[in-house]
Amino acid sequence: MLRKTEMPKRTDIKSILIIGAGPIVIGQACEFDYSGVQACKALREEGYRIILVNSNPATIMTDPNIADATYIEPITPEFVEKIIAKERPDALLPTMGGQTALNTALALDAAGVLAKYNVEMIGAKAEVIDKAEDRQKFRDAMDKLGLESAKSAVAHTWDEAVAGLEAIGGLPAVIRPSFTLAGTGGGIAFNQEEFKEIVERGLDLSPTTEVLIEESILGWKEYEMEVVRDTADNCIIVCSIENVDPMGVHTGDSITVAPALTLTDKEYQIMRSASLAVLREIGVETGGSNVQFALNPRDGRMIVIEMNPRVSRSSALASKATGFPIAKIAAKLAVGYTLDELQNDITKTTPASFEPSIDYVVTKIPRFAFEKYPGSEPLLGTSMKSVGEVMAIGRTFAESMQKALRGLETGLSGFDEVEIAGVKTAENPDAIRDAVIRELGRPTPDRVRVIAQAFRHGLSVEEINAACEYEPWFLRQIEAIVSEEAKIGALGLPTSAKAFRSLKAMGFSDKRLAQLTGKTEKAVRKTRQELNVRPVFKRIDTCAAEFASSTAYMYSTYESGALGQVPENEAEPSDRAKAIILGGGPNRIGQGIEFDYCCCHAAFAFKDMGLEAIMVNCNPETVSTDYDTSDRLYFEPLTAEDVLELIHVEQSKGDLRGVVVQFGGQTPLKLAQALEDEGIPILGTSPDAIDLAEDRERFQHLLRDIDLKQPINAIARTPEEAFKGAHEVGYPIVIRPSYVLGGRAMEIVRDDEQLARYVREAVQVSGDSPVLIDQYLSAAIEVDADALADGSGNVFVAGIMEHIEEAGVHSGDSACSLPPFSLKAETVKELERQTIELAKALKVRGLMNVQFAILHPYSDAPEIFVLEVNPRASRTVPFVAKTLGQPLAGIAAKIMAGVPLADFDLKPKTYNHVAVKEVVFPFARFANVDTVLGPEMRSTGEVMGLDWVRDGESMMDAFSRAFAKSQLGAGVKLPTSGKVFVSVKDMDKPVIVDSIRTLLELGFKVVATGGTADYLKAQGLDIEPVKKVLEGRPNILDAIKNGEIDLVFNTTEGKQSLADSFSLRRATLMQKIPYYTTASGAVAATRAIKSGANEGLDVRPIQAYA
Amino acid sequence: MTTELLEGCTGVLVLSDGTVYQGLGCGATGEALGEVCFNTAMTGYQEILTDPSYMEQIIAFTFPHVGNVGVNADDVEQLGNDPKRAAKGAIFRDAPTPPANWRSTLSFNDWLVSRGVVGLSGIDTRSLTKKIREHGMPHGVIAHSPSGVFDLEALKAKAREWKGLGGLDLAIDATVTQSAAYTTDLWQWPQGFSDGTKKEFKVVVIDYGVKQNILRALVDIGAEVQIVPAKTSAEDILARKPDGVLLSNGPGDPAATGEYAVPVIQKLVKSGVPVFGICLGHQMLGIALGGKTIKMSQGHHGANHPVKDETTGKVEIVSMNHGFAIDRDSLPEGVVETHISLFDGSNCGIAMTGKPVFSVQHHPEASPGPVDSLYLFERFAQNMRNAKVSA
Repeated sequence: MLRKTEMPKRTDIKSILIIGAGPIVIGQACEFDYSGVQACKALREEGYRIILVNSNPATIMTDPNIADATYIEPITPEFVEKIIAKERPDALLPTMGGQTALNTALALDAAGVLAKYNVEMIGAKAEVIDKAEDRQKFRDAMDKLGLESAKSAVAHTWDEAVAGLEAIGGLPAVIRPSFTLAGTGGGIAFNQEEFKEIVERGLDLSPTTEVLIEESILGWKEYEMEVVRDTADNCIIVCSIENVDPMGVHTGDSITVAPALTLTDKEYQIMRSASLAVLREIGVETGGSNVQFALNPRDGRMIVIEMNPRVSRSSALASKATGFPIAKIAAKLAVGYTLDELQNDITKTTPASFEPSIDYVVTKIPRFAFEKYPGSEPLLGTSMKSVGEVMAIGRTFAESMQKALRGLETGLSGFDEVEIAGVKTAENPDAIRDAVIRELGRPTPDRVRVIAQAFRHGLSVEEINAACEYEPWFLRQIEAIVSEEAKIGALGLPTSAKAFRSLKAMGFSDKRLAQLTGKTEKAVRKTRQELNVRPVFKRIDTCAAEFASSTAYMYSTYESGALGQVPENEAEPSDRAKAIILGGGPNRIGQGIEFDYCCCHAAFAFKDMGLEAIMVNCNPETVSTDYDTSDRLYFEPLTAEDVLELIHVEQSKGDLRGVVVQFGGQTPLKLAQALEDEGIPILGTSPDAIDLAEDRERFQHLLRDIDLKQPINAIARTPEEAFKGAHEVGYPIVIRPSYVLGGRAMEIVRDDEQLARYVREAVQVSGDSPVLIDQYLSAAIEVDADALADGSGNVFVAGIMEHIEEAGVHSGDSACSLPPFSLKAETVKELERQTIELAKALKVRGLMNVQFAILHPYSDAPEIFVLEVNPRASRTVPFVAKTLGQPLAGIAAKIMAGVPLADFDLKPKTYNHVAVKEVVFPFARFANVDTVLGPEMRSTGEVMGLDWVRDGESMMDAFSRAFAKSQLGAGVKLPTSGKVFVSVKDMDKPVIVDSIRTLLELGFKVVATGGTADYLKAQGLDIEPVKKVLEGRPNILDAIKNGEIDLVFNTTEGKQSLADSFSLRRATLMQKIPYYTTASGAVAATRAIKSGANEGLDVRPIQAYA
Repeated sequence: MTTELLEGCTGVLVLSDGTVYQGLGCGATGEALGEVCFNTAMTGYQEILTDPSYMEQIIAFTFPHVGNVGVNADDVEQLGNDPKRAAKGAIFRDAPTPPANWRSTLSFNDWLVSRGVVGLSGIDTRSLTKKIREHGMPHGVIAHSPSGVFDLEALKAKAREWKGLGGLDLAIDATVTQSAAYTTDLWQWPQGFSDGTKKEFKVVVIDYGVKQNILRALVDIGAEVQIVPAKTSAEDILARKPDGVLLSNGPGDPAATGEYAVPVIQKLVKSGVPVFGICLGHQMLGIALGGKTIKMSQGHHGANHPVKDETTGKVEIVSMNHGFAIDRDSLPEGVVETHISLFDGSNCGIAMTGKPVFSVQHHPEASPGPVDSLYLFERFAQNMRNAKVSA
C-alpha cells in the first residue's frame, strides 16, 4: 500500500550533476551504466535538470536523451570543475559512478570547488565518503559500534609497516592500499619477501601513501549485505549475498550466491543489525550501500570488512537478483523521498519500504581473461582480476549453479571434467590424492570444477573442506551433482519423464547429458522433448509470490523433479507481434558494454515501433537486463538449449517476427545456426551472408567479383600447410585461428622459427579449426567503417574511422579518429564507395563493419585492402552514434524489422567536430605482463575525446584537442615540460623525427638509447644519450624509477628486443608515466602536446554538437 | 484407494477443494490436518516451526532450501518442547538438506521425525502460495507414507469436514498449566543465553502460546517475568502487583479465546496497569476495548513486512504471523491506530489515549526476523516507569 502523504521531494534544488564511472576497467564495468541510467531517468522524471559527465561513449547513459546536458569529457576534477562553472548545478550526486565518481567528488570538495560554486553533495557527503573509505576512521567507527574489525595497523612507511605486522600478530597478513579501486595493489603475504613487495607496491599505488596491514582471516565465510537508507532513517536490506569462495579471494572474483544460505536467523539478524548500524554510524543519509562481513565458520565470530557508501557491482547484482532497483530508488531517496513513499516497481501495488523475499537461488560466477595476459599467473587474491560475470537463477542451488557454469561461455556445459596437474603421472592413489589436495589449495578461477573433480577422485566432503575451506553445504551440493553424473554415465539417459525432469531440475544441460552418455546434444534434446520434459518460466517478483506482479521478468526452471509432474508456467506470452534480442552474455575482452548498448537500442527501437521487445541475457551488470529496458526479460544463459526453449514458449502465442543475433557480439551469432535449424526466423542480414563474410574462400570470391583487394592470404589445416601458406604469403604474416573474437591467439609471425612455436604452443591446428594466414601490411594505416543498409541496395556509411596505431595492432586496442585526421578526401571517398559495394554484395540488412588497411596513404596511389567485414553490430557503433548524434543501433534494428533506410532521412554531412576513441588496459593489475600492443586485443574499455573546430582553425587543431581529451579520459596526462625518453625500432625512426624536433622546440629534454640516439643526433637534434638496461648502471630503468622521465616513446619488435626492454615498460607503467608503444601514437601525442593541449581545453555538452 | 498417484509419491497434500499435491514425504510419517499457510522468510525455519501461533496450521515455506543450518536447542521458540503446541506440518520445495553451521546439533529432518512433525517436499510451493494468495488459506491434510499408499478420498473428506480455525480457542491448549518465572535474556554471540541482571520491573505475561523471545526481550528491558496460564483471573494477576502485563501471542481465533480472556483484559485495563499486547494479545485487547476482529484471506506470514509507526512516521521491517486482524473501523473513541501494514493497509497496532495500554499485531521480539521493533519493549518499559512515578 502506498501512503499518500505530502511529498518531501526537495524543491530547493533544480539541477543535479551526476558523475559516471568512465571507461570499463576491471572492477568498474556496465553496472555503473545501469545505475547511472536509472538515476538519470528517476531524477528527470521528478523534474530535475540532469547534467551528466562520463567519458565512456559506449554507455546508454551518455545517449543524448538520457540527461539534459551530457558531457562526454574526461572525468578529472579539472574538467568537472569546468562543467560546474558552466552549468552551475545545485547538487552533485556522487554515488552512481563507482570509485571514480566518489574520488572525483572528494577532490572537488577538497579543492573548494563545490563550496565556490555552492554545489551540495547529495546521497553521500564528503565526510561520509571519507569516513567509509579511510581505513582508520572506519575502524574507529566500528570500534564505537562494538563491531569487530580484523586486527590491523596503518602504515605510511616501510618502518611503520614492520611495526604494524608485529602488532597484528605476524604473517600471514593482508595488505590493502587505501583509496584504490577494487583492491588494486593489495595482496596476502605469507612470507617476508612477499610482505615487502606488496607493502611497497601498495604505498605507491595509494593516493594517500597509506596501506592497512590486517590479520589474515583466510578461509572464513564471506558475506555482503545490500542496504538502502532514507532521510527518515528507514533502512532495508535488499539482499544478502554469500560468497562460495571463502575469504582470501576478492568478492568480485568470488562465486557468490543470493540469498545467504548457511546462516541461522540469529546470525543473519546480527549481521543485518550490524549493517544498519554501520550505515548510521558512517552517516550515509540516503541511498544504497553495501557492507561486507567475514564469519569464522568454526565459532561464528563476525568481523566487518568494509563498506561502500555508494551503489556498486554487487548492488547491481542484488537488483537483478531480487527485482529491487537499488540505483533508481537511491536516486529518489537522495532528493528527499522516503522509502514508504516510493512504489515497488515490480508489483506496482506495494511500497519500496520492504525487504525482498526470493524463492529461488541466484549464482554469480566471474569470468577471467588470464590467457590474454601471458606472464600473469591465474591465481586469485585480494586484488580483483575478473573482467566479467554471469548470473544465473534456478529454483535450487544445483540448478542455479549449473546454469551459471554454462552461461559463462567458456566452453563449459556444467561441471566438465578438469585435469588436475600431477594426477596423470601419479603412481598410486595417495599421490593422486596429494595432487588433488594441492590443487584444491590454490585459488584458481577453476577451483569449483577442481572440487567436482576431487569428488570424482574419491575425496570426501571433509577432505575437500580441509583443503579449500568451501562451506560443506556447497560441497555436498556439488557432490550430489557429481554422483548423479556418475549414475548417468553408468545407466545412460533416463527413459521416464519423472527421472528426466528430476535430472534437469538439478540443472544439467542437454549438452552435459550428451557428454555423459556419448550422444549428441540434439539427440538428448529430442529424447527429452519427446518425454515432454521442458522448462517452465517463473517470475522474479520481489516477494516470493505473496503479491501479484505484472512485470515479465523471468527465469527458467524444471521446477521440482520429485515426481515428474509438469509444473506451473508463469511465462504468459502475449498475443502481440514480437521480436527477441539475444544479448552478449558475460563481459570479456573484446565483447562488452558496446554490444549491450546495441541490444538496448534494439529493444528501445522495437518498443518504439510497437513490436514487443523480448530481451535474453545473463550479465547482471547491464542495462539490457534491467526489466525496464524491454517489454519482457528472460534472465537466461545464452546457449542453444536455453534460448530454443524460451523461443518455444514465445512462439506458442502471438507473432514472433524474428530473433536479433547480430547485436550481442559473437555470443548470439554462434547460436544462429541452431536457430535456423529449428526454422526460427532471424531478423536482418541472413546468417548465410554472415557466414559468407566469415568464410575465407567464399569471401575471397566475393571480393574478386566486386573487384576489391585483400591482403595475400592462405588457409592451413595442418602445420605443414601453415608453413607452405606462410611462404606463399611471405613473412611477416598475421596468423590466427578462424572464428575468433578479440584477436584471440592472433600473432604477427616473422620467421619459420616463430611459426613453429605458434603451431606447437599457441593453437591446435586441425581440419575443424584451421588457421588463417594473412600478409602483414607493415606501416599501413588501418580504418574502420560502420554502415547501415536495408538489403534493397540502400546504404548509409555512418562513419569512417582512422586508427591512430598502425595496422597490426588489434582494432579494439587502437585509438581512432572520426572523421579521419590524416587521410586524403579522395581516399575517404573511395573507402565509402568500397563500403557501399560490400554492403550491397552481402545484402546487408542492418549494421555492417569493415576494416581496411591503406598502404602508402599519402602517396598519389594509396592502396586499399579489405581486412575484414562483419555484417553485424561492431564495437564502434556507440562511438559513431555519439559522434553522429544518430541512434545507429536503433535505426539498424528498425531496418532489420522491415523499415526501409530511406525512412530515416540520413544524409552524409561534414562535421565541425572531431571524436577520438582511446582505450584503457588493465596491465597494472597483472604482474609481469608486457604493455606492448599487438594483434590480440587486451583493452577493457574505451573513452571518447570530443572537441570542435573554432573559427579560423583547421580540423587538425580540433583533432589535437580531442586526442588530448581522450588521453586524459583514459587517465594519461600528457606533460607540458620535462624529459622524454625515446627508443624506437628502425622503421619508426624516420616517423618520429619531426615529433622529437617539435618536443625539443617546446623545451622538452630528450633522452634516447643507442641506435635511436645516434639516428636522431644525425638529424641534428640535441639528444642526451642514456644506457640501455643491459648496458650497466645508471641506465634508463634507474631514470624511470627515479621519476626523471615524464614521457616514454618505446616501440620494439622481435622477441629479444621485447624481452630486453620489458622491464622499462613495466617500470613506466608502474610509475604512471605516459607512454606510447607505437610511432603513430607518439606522433599524435606530440601533436596534442604542441596544441597546448592540457591548457585551454573547453567543455561542451553533446547536445550542442550539431 | 486410488491409482492416480504418480510413481514414487510418498507424501501428499490434499485440500478441502479436492486438489491433491503429490511429493515426497519427509520428517515424521502419518497425517496432519490444518489450515495451510505460507511463510516467505528465508531464514529461521526452526523458530517458525516452534512458534505456538502456528498450532493447527501447516506451513508451506516459499524459500526452496531448508535444513541448511540444521537445528539447535537455542532456536526453539515455544516454551517446553511439546510438538503439539506448534505447527502441525510443513511443506517444502526441496528436501531438507544436511546441516552446515557451527550452531547445529541435529539435522533438520531428524528433528522433524523426533518431533513427529509430518513433512512434504518436492512441492512447487510457489504455485501453492499463488493459490493461497488468490483463494485464501485452505484447509488441508498432509500425509507421509513411505509405502506410497494413501486413501485420498478419506483425506479429502477429512480436509472438507475440518471446521477450521474460526471459533477455535487454541490458546487453552498452548498455554502453560502453572505459573512460572522466566529469567533468560536475549541470545548474544558468543555466550548464547544467560540470565538477565537488571530487575527494574515486575511483568506478568498472560500466556496464550507465548514465544520465548518475547519473554527474553522483557528480561532484557529489566523485567522479572512471571508467566501465568491463559485463564488466570485479573484478580490473581493484579495480586502479583505487576508493573505491567503482557498479553502474549498465540494461536487460534481471538474471538474464541476472547470469551474468557477479554473480561480479564478489560479489568486489567481498568486497573490502570500498563498493558502491552502482541499478535493474539493485540487482537484480544482490541476486542476488550470494543473493537472487532476479522479473518484475513491470505494472512501475513513472513519476515519482510513493512509496518509504519504512525506516532513517529518511521517504517520498521517486521516478522508477521497472523490470519486475523483488528478491523480499524470498529475501533471506539479513545483507541487510536498506531501502526499499519504498508503491504495492505491493515491494522498493526493500537493504543489507548491517556492510558499506558498498547498493542501490536506484528512480532517485535523477532526470532525469526528483523529486530527493528524491539523498541516497543522499551516503550512498554517507559510506560511502566511512568506509571511507577505517578503511583
